[in-house]
Amino acid sequence: MTTPVEAADKLVATATRIAEQVAGPVADDVDRKARFPVEAIDALRAERALSALVPVELGGDGLTVGQLSKAVSALARQCASTAMVFAMHHMQSASLVRHGHSEFLRDVARQLAERQLLLASATTELGVGGDLRTSHCAVERSGGRFRLEKQAPVISYGAYADMVLTTARRSPESPPNDQVLVVCAPPGLELEETGVWDTLGFRGTVSPGFVLRAEGDERCVIDDQFSDVLEHTMLPSSHVLWSSVWLGLAAAAVERARRFVRTEARKNPGTTPPSAIRLAELVAAFGQMEALVADASRRYDECWDDGEALSSMGFAIAMNSLKVSASTMVVDIVGRAMVICGMAGYREDSPYSLGRILRDAHGAAVMVNNDRILANNAQMLLVHKDG
Amino acid sequence: MDEQIRSVLAEHGRFPVDVATLDDRADLYQAGMTSHASVSVMLALEDAFDIEFPERMLRKSTFESVAAIREALTELCATAVE
Repeated sequence: MTTPVEAADKLVATATRIAEQVAGPVADDVDRKARFPVEAIDALRAERALSALVPVELGGDGLTVGQLSKAVSALARQCASTAMVFAMHHMQSASLVRHGHSEFLRDVARQLAERQLLLASATTELGVGGDLRTSHCAVERSGGRFRLEKQAPVISYGAYADMVLTTARRSPESPPNDQVLVVCAPPGLELEETGVWDTLGFRGTVSPGFVLRAEGDERCVIDDQFSDVLEHTMLPSSHVLWSSVWLGLAAAAVERARRFVRTEARKNPGTTPPSAIRLAELVAAFGQMEALVADASRRYDECWDDGEALSSMGFAIAMNSLKVSASTMVVDIVGRAMVICGMAGYREDSPYSLGRILRDAHGAAVMVNNDRILANNAQMLLVHKDG
Repeated sequence: MDEQIRSVLAEHGRFPVDVATLDDRADLYQAGMTSHASVSVMLALEDAFDIEFPERMLRKSTFESVAAIREALTELCATAVE
């Protein structure tokens, strides 16, 4: 019997190996062609890494989101798109296993582990302005079946997913914020692509718009209301795992800068190259980011099963702050690495090239815009008291 | 107290339905109160009852129904008098 800590360590080792041997060598190709990182995701599947958060009794590893953080960072050091797909899958798998209490949904989790199914999400909708807590589309039920249709402006790796967790109003009569999360799966799932994904970074996540049409057994509707799923699981796990992706990007940039400075130093032993001072600053900045992400992972793990703590405003503010801080730090760190590496970092054809890392890093502040998150915190701080 | 709670809800809860039609135990979030509106409700309640909700009460469950709000306020007002 493996302990969760052993399983988490093993997963980091597996992710590191896959990152270096599988994801890294094709990362530029994935980026250039904006194609799905199929090799790396298949390799993760083969290692049964897609069921890391599924409870042991349902066939998974029973890990927590915090325990997954380092594996996500390891992947991101080589290919941020692979890491992001892996992270987003786990935000959804966490939502399924933590909020799908019925025997039917536990069986879906069992299937996930057995067949290593890849989960995507359709939480935003055209016309709601990016607000996850508002849905236009609604679940229609009759005769034990459900049906829904959603205009999704973005479904990350939608075309490659085995199931899509979709938000919708509880019923056609429900107000826009009375939402549920629905597991949509073939054969009752139809995705009609409505756009292309041609972005600055995270190109391998292949996230175009879709019209999603789904129908199936009404037990696919997750029991807990979506506001709880979001508060307890989707929001904290996305902020912890996204930040872990960005930490991996920052680590990759720091690694190039360190290598560059060492090479410079070797050319002229006895003289400390001027860039070494900048490297010292960079390493300090990276340490701050590393500590921030580690602390947030630990904090989430500590209250993982404590619904009261997860519902507190203090926790929500901390997780929102994590997202805003980490997404700002990654751009700063990659920028500093660029100054250190100079032309060698700016070039696309050098071993110190930072172009892809910089482009990916800029995704951090715009995927769920930092201003929206700060506005949420600003509002909560009107009533929140310290301690 | 109930009347005052309901009047705060009517003014700041931005419900798509008439607050008077909501049962004491009805889930206010399911009835359409957004988290944005719930902060306004908290602020207005603090002002109306001259209390401050402590951190431990700042969670969804405290504000999920008229009855839940009443329980929280009763506790806070009792402490205030002591």
